[in-house]
Amino acid sequence: MARKKKEMPELNGAGMSDISFLLLCFFLMTSSMDESLGINRLLPPIPEGEQEQIQIKPHNVLSVLVDGQDRLSVNAKVIDIRDLKDAAKEFILNPTRDPNKSSKKEEQINIPGRGTVTFEVTEAVISLQNVRSTSYEKYLQVQDQLTKAYNELRNEKSIELFNRKFSDLDDKQREAITQIYKQRISESPPKDTRKRK
Amino acid sequence: MAKFTGKKVKRLAGFSTASMGDIVFILLFFFMVTTTMRETDVKVITNVPKASEVAKLERKDLTVYINIGTPIPSEQARYGTDTRICLDDAIKTIDDIRNFIASRREGLDEKDRPLMTTALKIDKETKMGIVSDVKEELRRCQALKIIYNALKVE
Repeated sequence: MARKKKEMPELNGAGMSDISFLLLCFFLMTSSMDESLGINRLLPPIPEGEQEQIQIKPHNVLSVLVDGQDRLSVNAKVIDIRDLKDAAKEFILNPTRDPNKSSKKEEQINIPGRGTVTFEVTEAVISLQNVRSTSYEKYLQVQDQLTKAYNELRNEKSIELFNRKFSDLDDKQREAITQIYKQRISESPPKDTRKRK
Repeated sequence: MAKFTGKKVKRLAGFSTASMGDIVFILLFFFMVTTTMRETDVKVITNVPKASEVAKLERKDLTVYINIGTPIPSEQARYGTDTRICLDDAIKTIDDIRNFIASRREGLDEKDRPLMTTALKIDKETKMGIVSDVKEELRRCQALKIIYNALKVE
């Protein structure tokens, strides 16, 4: 008995493109491309009860003020936003040991692979102030430039110590660098910020 | 010589659409991978400013969004063109932030609560007054980790 040869019916692929087009349209409608990128900040907690005032020596403070006309001044001198980063870096580093700029104190920091090393850690604090009519765009530009100053300092230190960029370090190395250049940006809210009801 | 005089019927080569489905599928996968689901319809316009030192948001599931900007045209009849705060998909006031943050925090795992980040999506034309008010309110809610949303430029 001769075996009957069964032929598979051919699958029609014409409808597949329609189905996937529909799916594609669905995803295009319901999803958005925007990636969430931004500048990270940590707000200071509300002090509870009586709190001791931490005295910061005035020469350690770089006061950055953005006024209602979006003018930027650093230590009461009007400067351009493009010069802010270098001004901040110079203030933090203080290579000439100017007594009017930030001082340093020695601190023991554990460097992975090298043990504990004594570093001169800067005591600089950047005080950022704005008024209620400052525009958010200008404010964020200032925040961006200050972050950039710290990032560049960390990067330089990281290349010096580990021969790698700060972003390529592992967690422990990153922590060591962060201890050398702690990002200290203090913000005080505008005077007439809403009080709790 | 009918062979030469007769009209030749030219047949076009068939156009195969079999691979079209594959191409569209590749497109589909591309969009599925690169995009994220839009969760809510935001009722305010937020053109975020540009910044160079931006970092990526670490955990999207632990993020609460607060949008600040002018209401979209269809809502302007009700809310005007002043800067407003939009939580989820409704325009709210500063006093609603406390409950909003608290309810979001409730929904998270105990261990994830300290990692909760508040993403501030603020229009660049906004004045700092309202931003400061929101920040003060967040401090009172103990929601201290914030991220200012921005577009990346070099």
